[in-house]
Amino acid sequence: MYEPSLGEQFDSWERQSDTLRFGMWLFLASELLLFSGFFVLYAGYRAEYGPDFVQALHSNTLAYGTANMYVLLTSSFTVALAVWEIRRGASRRAALWLGVSALLGVGFLGIKAAEYAVHIREGALPGPYYHFHEAATLGGNRFYTLYWVTTGAHAIHVTGGIAVLLWTALHALRGRYTPRDHARFENATLYWHFVDVMWIFIWPIFYLA
Amino acid sequence: MTLPAFKQPTAEAYDQAAEPMPSYLLAQTGFSSWLNTRDHKRIGVMFYVAVLVSLMLGGVFALLFRLELLTPSRTIMDAVTYNRLFTWHGIVMVWLFLIPSIPNIFGNFILPIQIGARDLAFPKLNLASFYVYLLGAAIVLTGLMLGGTDTGWTFYTPYSESTPTTLFPVVFGVFVLGISSIFTGLNFIATVHMLRAQGLHWNRLPLFVWSIYATSIILVLATPVLGLSVILVGIDHVFHLGLFDPNVGGDPVLFQHLFWFYSHPAVYIMILPAMGVISEIVPSFAHRSPASYNAIALSSLGIAFIGFLTWGHHMFVAGISTLDAGIFGILSMFVAIFSAVKVFTWTATLYQGEIVFSTPLLYFFGFLFLFIFGGMTGVAVATQSLDVHWHDTYFVVAHFHFVMVGGSVTSFLAAAHYWFPKMFGRMYSERVGLLSATAVFIGFVLTFLPQFLLGNAGMPRRYYSYPPEYQWLHVLATGGAFLLGGSVILALGNLLVSLRYGPPAGRNPWDSRSFEWLTESPPPAHNFEQPPQLDRGAYDYQLTDEEAYVRTFPR
Amino acid sequence: MNYLAELVRLALFLPPQGSSLAREIDWLHFVVITCTLLGAFGIAASGGILCLRYRKRVDRDQTIRRRGVPAPLLWAELTVVLGLFGLFVAFWVVGYWQYVKIATPPADTYDVYVSGKQWMWKFAYPDGRHTTDTLYVPVNKPVRLILTSRDVIHSFFLPDFRVKHDVVPGRYTTLWFTAERPGTHRIFCAEYCGTWHSRMLGQVEVLSDVEFQRWLSEGEHERDFPLDPDMPLANAADSSLSTRGEQVAAAHGCLRCHTVDGSPYIGPTWAGLYQSRVPLEGAAPIDADVAYLTESMMDPLAKIRRGFAAVMPSYIGYLGPGDVGALVEYIKSLQHIAGGVRLAPAMPAGAASYVLPDTGPTPIAPPAGESGQPREQPKRTLPADARDQAPLPQPAPAATEQPQLQRPVPLQDGKQP
Repeated sequence: MYEPSLGEQFDSWERQSDTLRFGMWLFLASELLLFSGFFVLYAGYRAEYGPDFVQALHSNTLAYGTANMYVLLTSSFTVALAVWEIRRGASRRAALWLGVSALLGVGFLGIKAAEYAVHIREGALPGPYYHFHEAATLGGNRFYTLYWVTTGAHAIHVTGGIAVLLWTALHALRGRYTPRDHARFENATLYWHFVDVMWIFIWPIFYLA
Repeated sequence: MTLPAFKQPTAEAYDQAAEPMPSYLLAQTGFSSWLNTRDHKRIGVMFYVAVLVSLMLGGVFALLFRLELLTPSRTIMDAVTYNRLFTWHGIVMVWLFLIPSIPNIFGNFILPIQIGARDLAFPKLNLASFYVYLLGAAIVLTGLMLGGTDTGWTFYTPYSESTPTTLFPVVFGVFVLGISSIFTGLNFIATVHMLRAQGLHWNRLPLFVWSIYATSIILVLATPVLGLSVILVGIDHVFHLGLFDPNVGGDPVLFQHLFWFYSHPAVYIMILPAMGVISEIVPSFAHRSPASYNAIALSSLGIAFIGFLTWGHHMFVAGISTLDAGIFGILSMFVAIFSAVKVFTWTATLYQGEIVFSTPLLYFFGFLFLFIFGGMTGVAVATQSLDVHWHDTYFVVAHFHFVMVGGSVTSFLAAAHYWFPKMFGRMYSERVGLLSATAVFIGFVLTFLPQFLLGNAGMPRRYYSYPPEYQWLHVLATGGAFLLGGSVILALGNLLVSLRYGPPAGRNPWDSRSFEWLTESPPPAHNFEQPPQLDRGAYDYQLTDEEAYVRTFPR
Repeated sequence: MNYLAELVRLALFLPPQGSSLAREIDWLHFVVITCTLLGAFGIAASGGILCLRYRKRVDRDQTIRRRGVPAPLLWAELTVVLGLFGLFVAFWVVGYWQYVKIATPPADTYDVYVSGKQWMWKFAYPDGRHTTDTLYVPVNKPVRLILTSRDVIHSFFLPDFRVKHDVVPGRYTTLWFTAERPGTHRIFCAEYCGTWHSRMLGQVEVLSDVEFQRWLSEGEHERDFPLDPDMPLANAADSSLSTRGEQVAAAHGCLRCHTVDGSPYIGPTWAGLYQSRVPLEGAAPIDADVAYLTESMMDPLAKIRRGFAAVMPSYIGYLGPGDVGALVEYIKSLQHIAGGVRLAPAMPAGAASYVLPDTGPTPIAPPAGESGQPREQPKRTLPADARDQAPLPQPAPAATEQPQLQRPVPLQDGKQP
C-alpha cells in the first residue's frame, strides 16, 4: 500500500498539486520551444527552396501520416479517459486505459517504422545519402533531411511518453494516486497530449501543404 | 497528515534558544547525506564547489593562450592547440561557470529563504539538476580530453560540420548542461509563484528574487533552442547530414539565427542575477530602500523580454538585410535603457543613505564603473556602422568581458562575500577582501582595456599570430590577466581560509532588512522554525532590526 | 579641426582612414566613445561622491531612516533616462544611415570577384586575370567586391576602410569602398575558419591612375591559371585551359547531365553549343556567347533552354573564376562537334538523376544502381608549417621570413597617406 506524502515545502495538498501541475506546464513550454526550432528550420528552407520543397512534400505518402494522426488522437482520447477514471478513484481502470494508450503509442511507432523503411528503400534519406528519384533536387533533399530529424525527434519523445505512461500505469496499479492527489498522473497524461499536439503541427507541414 | 502546530517564539527566545536548531551544515552528517540531500542550501554549496572548479579551469585555459599571445608568432604552442584553448575557454566559462554561477549557488541558497519558504518547489528536481550538471560537465571534459574542438564556443557552420577535431562529445555535453539549466529555471519559477510566505505579495518580493525569476524565464524558454542547434551540429558532424552545409543545400546563416536566438538571451542569464545581487547589496549597505523598487523589478522583466528580440545584432555583417539589421539595432537600444534605469536607481539609492563601506560595496563600485563601460560599449557595437568595423575584433571581446567579468564575475565575488556569513556562519578578513577587490579591478582593467584599443586598430579575434605592432598591447593584456587570476584566487582564498579560521558571524552582520538575515547564520535545515507571516517589504529601513523581526514573526 | 580628428584617431588606435566613408564612421565613433567614457566616469564618480557624502557617521541620528527618494530626484532620473534613450536612438539613426551607405555600392563600380578559401584570398578581375592575396584597385574609383567562399565562412575585413563582410559558401555577398589615395591596406580574415585563420592575410594595393594602367597592361598577375590543390584531377604539367576545363567538368559533375558528343540527355549538349542560337523558354532566342555560358553556371534558372527541365543547380561557390574560364574554353573547343562523334564515354541508361553538385572526386559515369555515397570531405588541414603549396607570385617587396606578414609597400612618390 502506498503512503501519500506532502512535501515539507508545501502548506497544503492543494498547494502541492497546483505546484506540480504548474511545473509541468513550464516543462512543456520548454519542449515547445525545442520543437519550434525545427519549425523555424522548416520555414527557412521552405522559403529558400520553394517549389522543389513542396514537390518533395507531395511525394511523401499521406496515408502514413494520417494513420498516425488517427492513432495519436485516439490515444489522447484514451489518456483522457484514464484521467477521468483516476478522478473517480478507479485506479485499475485508469491504469488499463493508460496501457491502451501506450499500446497505441507503440502502434504509432510501428507505422512510423514501416514508413521509414519505405523511405529508405526509395532513397529518401537525409543529407548526402539522399537519392530519391521522384524529388531529385536540393529542395527535396532539404525537405527529407528536415523530415527525418523532426519526425525522429518526435518519435524519441513518443518513446519517452510511452515509458512515462507505463510507469504511471504501474504506479496507479499500486494505488499511488487518489482522487485528491493525482497531479503526477495528470502530468504524465499532459505530456502525452503535448506529444500529440506536436504531431498535429508536424503532420500538415510534412504531409499536407 | 497535519502540519506541526505553530510555535510562537519571542525574538529573544529565538536568539537565546536553549537548544538552537542545528544548522543545515550539521543537521545530518556523512558523505551520503550530502550526495542524497534535498536541501536547497546543501545543493547550493555543492554547486559552489563544482562551479568554482570550472572557473579555475576556464581561467587556466585563458592564461595559457594569453601566454601564447605574448609574441606575434609561436610562443609556447602551435596554432592547433591555441585554437582549441580559446574554444575550451569559451565553452567552460559560458556553460560550466557563468550560466550556473549565481542562480545555482546563490539562487538555490538564498531565494527560498528570501521568500520565506522551507525549500524550492521541487527539491528532488534540484538535486537532479546538480547531477545532470555534473554529467554534462563530465561529457564536455571528456570531449576536451579526447582532443576537443576548435570551432570557438559559437560552433559556426559549416566549419563545425567539417572540422577534424572532436566535436560531438563537446556539443552533447553542452546539450546535457542545457537540461540542467531548464530544470533549474523551472524550479525557480514554480517556487516564486507557489511558495511565497503569507503576506509576501509580488510587490514586496526582494529584488534578487525578481532577477532570478526573470533569469529563469530565459532559462526555460531559450535553452531548448540552444540544445537543438548544438545537437544538430553534432549530428551533422558525425553523419554529414549537411543541415547547414551549402554543399548539400544547407544554409550556414540559418544556424547563426538559431544559435543566437538562445545565445543572446543567454547573456542576460549571465547578467540579470548579477544585477539582482547588486540590488541587494546597495540597499543593505546604504541602509535605505531602493530609490525605485518598481524600476528595478520591472526592468528585470523588460530585459528578459526584449533580450529575446535582439539576436540579429550578432549578424550585422553575416548577410542579413539592412532592414533586419535596422530592426535588431533599435531593439538592442531598448535593452540598454533598461540597464541604464537600474544603474541610475542603484546610484540614487546611495542618496541620503547611511553608507557603511565594506568589501561587497567596493565590489559594487567596481561593478558600477565596469558595467557602465561595458554596457555603453554594447550600445556602441549595436550601432550598425560602427559594428561593421568592430565585429569579430578584440573590441567585441573587450565589450563582452567588461560585462561578463567586470559585471557578472565582480558581482559573483560580491555575492560570495556578502552572503558568506549567512551561508557559513563565519566572517572573512575585511582587509584581504578590500585588497582583493581592488586587485581584481586593476587586473581586469589592465587585461581588457588594451583590448578595446586592439579592436579599434583592427586586430581580429581568435588569432593565433598577429602583426608585430600589436604586441605591446597584448603584453599588457597578458600581464593583467595574470594579475586578475591571482586576485580572484586571493579573494576566494580569503573565503576558503575564513571557513575554518574566520570569527563567527552573527545573524545580521550587515544590519540588512532583507528576509534572509532574519534566520540564523548558517540557517537551520528548514530555514525557519516557523513560516514567516510578513507585514513588511524587504527594504523597510525605517524599521529597526527588532521591529523588522517582529513584523516577520508575529508574537 | 583636422588635427583634432587625427589626434583623437591616434588616441583611439584607429587605423588610417582610407576613404571618406571611414572618416564619417570615425566621427560617429568619437561621439559614441566619448559618451561611453563620460557615462562610465561620470556615474561612477557620482556614486563615489554620494558614498562619501552619505557615509555612516556616529553623530548622526540613526533611528530616522527615510523611506523613499524625493520625487524631484526620480523625475530627474526619468528625464535623464529619456534623454539617454534619445541619445541611443540618435546613435542608431546615424549608424543605420551609415550602414546603408556601407551596404549600397554606387552605380559605377570596378567589380572584382573574391573567393575566400582556407587560407587565402583569390581575386578575379574583370579582364579575366587573377591574383592571390593582393588586390589591385584604382584610386578614387568605387570598387565593389563580390565575395564568396569555397569552403567555410570567412570574413573579408579592411580596417583602413572600416568595412567588413562575411564570406559565405553557397552565396555571394558584396562590399565596396573608394580609396582616396594610393597606398597599401591590410586585409584580415575576421571569421574563424580553421587552423591558419590568423594567417589568412592579404593587402589592397591602391594604385594611382598611371600605375593602375601600367598594372593592367603589364603588371603583376598570374598568366597561367594556378592549379587548385583541391582538384585531384588537375595535372600539374598540363596547362591547356581547354583540357583543364574538361577536368573541371568531370570533377564537378557537369558531365552527369551534359553530353559532349551531341546526344540528348538531361541538360543541353555542349557539342556545337558555343555561338549557336539557343531557343529559350518564355523569351526570345539568344546566342550562346561567353556571357550566356557563364550566367548558366552561376544563375542557371535565369534562362531556361526550351525543352529542358529547370533542374540545374547554381555553381556559385563551387567554381572559381579560373574554373569558369576553363569550362568556357572547353565548351568553345566543342564548337564544331557534330552529332555522332563521341568524345567521352556514354552515360549509362538509367543513371541516377541525382543532380546535386559534388565537389569531391567523382567518376565521369557513376556505376549503375549505385546509391548515394556520403560525399568525401576534402582535406581541410594542412601540415603545420605549410600554406597552400603552389608557390604563388608575391607582390614586391619580398616577403619576410614569416611569410604571412606583408610589409606595407612604400609609396612610389614617398608621400605619406
